[in-house]
Amino acid sequence: MPETSRKSRLSRNRTRSAWLFLAPMLVTLFIVAAWPLGRTIWFSFTDASLDLMADAKWVGIRNYLEYVDWGDGEGQYYGLLADARWWRSVWNTVRFAVISVAFETLFGLVIALVLNQQFRGRGLVRAAVLVPWAIPTIVSAKMWAWMMHDQFGILNDMFLRLGLISHPVAWTASPDTAMIAVLIVDIWKTTPFMALLILAGLQMVPQDIYEAARLDGVPAWRTFRKVTLPLIMPAILVAIVFRALDALRIFDIAYVLTPNTDATRTMSVYARENLFDYDQFAYGSAASTLLFLVIALITITFILATRMDLEGRNT
Amino acid sequence: MASVELINVSKSFGKVEVLRDINLSLEQGEFVVFVGPSGCGKSTLLRLIAGLEDITGGELRIGGAPMNDVLPAKRGIAMVFQSYALYPHMSVFENMAFGLEQAKLSRSDIERRVHEAATMLQIEPLLDRKPRQLSGGQRQRVAIGRAITRDPRVFLFDEPLSNLDAALRVDTRLEIAALRKRLPDTTMIYVTHDQVEAMTLADRIVVLNGGIVEQVGTPMDLYERPASQFVAGFIGSPRMNFLSGPVAEAHGAACLGIRPEHIVLTPEGGDWTGRVTLTERLGSDTFVHVEAEGIGPVNIRVEGRTDIAAGSTIRMTPDPASIHLFDAAGRPVAR
Repeated sequence: MPETSRKSRLSRNRTRSAWLFLAPMLVTLFIVAAWPLGRTIWFSFTDASLDLMADAKWVGIRNYLEYVDWGDGEGQYYGLLADARWWRSVWNTVRFAVISVAFETLFGLVIALVLNQQFRGRGLVRAAVLVPWAIPTIVSAKMWAWMMHDQFGILNDMFLRLGLISHPVAWTASPDTAMIAVLIVDIWKTTPFMALLILAGLQMVPQDIYEAARLDGVPAWRTFRKVTLPLIMPAILVAIVFRALDALRIFDIAYVLTPNTDATRTMSVYARENLFDYDQFAYGSAASTLLFLVIALITITFILATRMDLEGRNT
Repeated sequence: MASVELINVSKSFGKVEVLRDINLSLEQGEFVVFVGPSGCGKSTLLRLIAGLEDITGGELRIGGAPMNDVLPAKRGIAMVFQSYALYPHMSVFENMAFGLEQAKLSRSDIERRVHEAATMLQIEPLLDRKPRQLSGGQRQRVAIGRAITRDPRVFLFDEPLSNLDAALRVDTRLEIAALRKRLPDTTMIYVTHDQVEAMTLADRIVVLNGGIVEQVGTPMDLYERPASQFVAGFIGSPRMNFLSGPVAEAHGAACLGIRPEHIVLTPEGGDWTGRVTLTERLGSDTFVHVEAEGIGPVNIRVEGRTDIAAGSTIRMTPDPASIHLFDAAGRPVAR
């Protein structure tokens, strides 16, 4: 007898209602995620441009890599994989993601530890900490752009008065400081998010084991390292994955705060430039596709690497 | 050496006073049980002795030395928590060794101590497991084992059996009694709300109510000579019958107390007559709930089984020697 006919009517009913409940989400996901992604990948193998999207023709991997023979025995590689500007933007993005997520995790952990303590006005402080996270990114980028303004910015004014710098710095325009400016704004904005996720992890730790540690005379730092940290590590890792996914897609802060700077051109900014500014829709699609692959690769690698660590005998 | 003394100890949380004028003196090797209803302050008192809470007023001495300002780890105590408080990410061995590593013991010393305690509690096969792979009873044994490895002068138990099922509770109770025999010099303080645990384990029982000590005494002291109506009601199962009205006034008291086991059925004629409302048959005993004429509801304990049916009328007589009398304030009245 086949497997299905042996199932009771009740379980068949359950299966049917499960699919029924899932259907709206599956349809929505297909429309807003799978279809656009598939279209982007398709365009990356065509010669599409903004005004001629319907006439796009298949051109193979030319957008990614193409060797053009000049006929005199020499030639050159073209395409995204041979584009130094693209690799620069990949490097910018990865560097940004690693540094920003590292600082956000560190600061978020410290803030979460403080917010986890009992003190007067804790509820108010917990709410206040979230303010940077609640402000729309464009608004905070504009706000910081003004604070970092080379002539009228409050940052230069304060640093000059304190004697930290001798002459005004063009924070967002100078290639030396543009990445730092983007990092500062992102860390300022996203640390609350990390703090909140880590705080949730901290609140899952049973309080009685801290009392047991006190009776054992374990100093605070060792308790943190040997008890708290291993127990909140899963929460921290999940938070890092969330944040890293976000950071690798970074677009708005870099685009608004430091437009047209090689120093902060990220993968998303590069893709947008080609898609819309340079009217190289197919080329931009190829960049978007690679962006997707790079993020997927980094995330999967991170998850696999840390899972091995998690299942290790001890932390 | 490891006597425990509390002198006028009080404890307040903000404006709320949870313990008042506690004076207790525990001898070395004594097993003392703090018992009382929820919120009576018994766990707080234990936490004061452990050093997990600061003492608001009065003095605590262990082994004659003042302990108010001594860190918990330096008091020579070990504690078993109601929730076990095991480190979830550490194996049983690591749980037991973690505190010892802090005490700067050598590796071989630590292993010897852990294995000794594990052997004593028969948890040696579990040493490599994580707490989540253990049953409730096994976790509690690990928690006790961890406390033993500290080689404490004073052993504190905070409702250690509350999270266990009924059968396991009896077994673990017997094990704690056995443990106590193996550690005769260790003073043990045990907090519970279960008067059966208190009666079976304790050398002396401290009954707490509303932040004050109601009575201190041996289990039989408390059973036979309760110092208040509260203690009389709290100690003994099923609960003592409290009768007011004419039957108490006849003895010149506001309240007459008589335990269910001290009323006998006297079919040929007795002091009281009543109609049976309910019988509870436990096999070894039967509890007969009676609405006694002119007296009120009375619970009687009859040994073995009886055929008394609900609705029937029976006659009974209280044992005059076992009557307790209380005034309106719940204090005992001399007879």
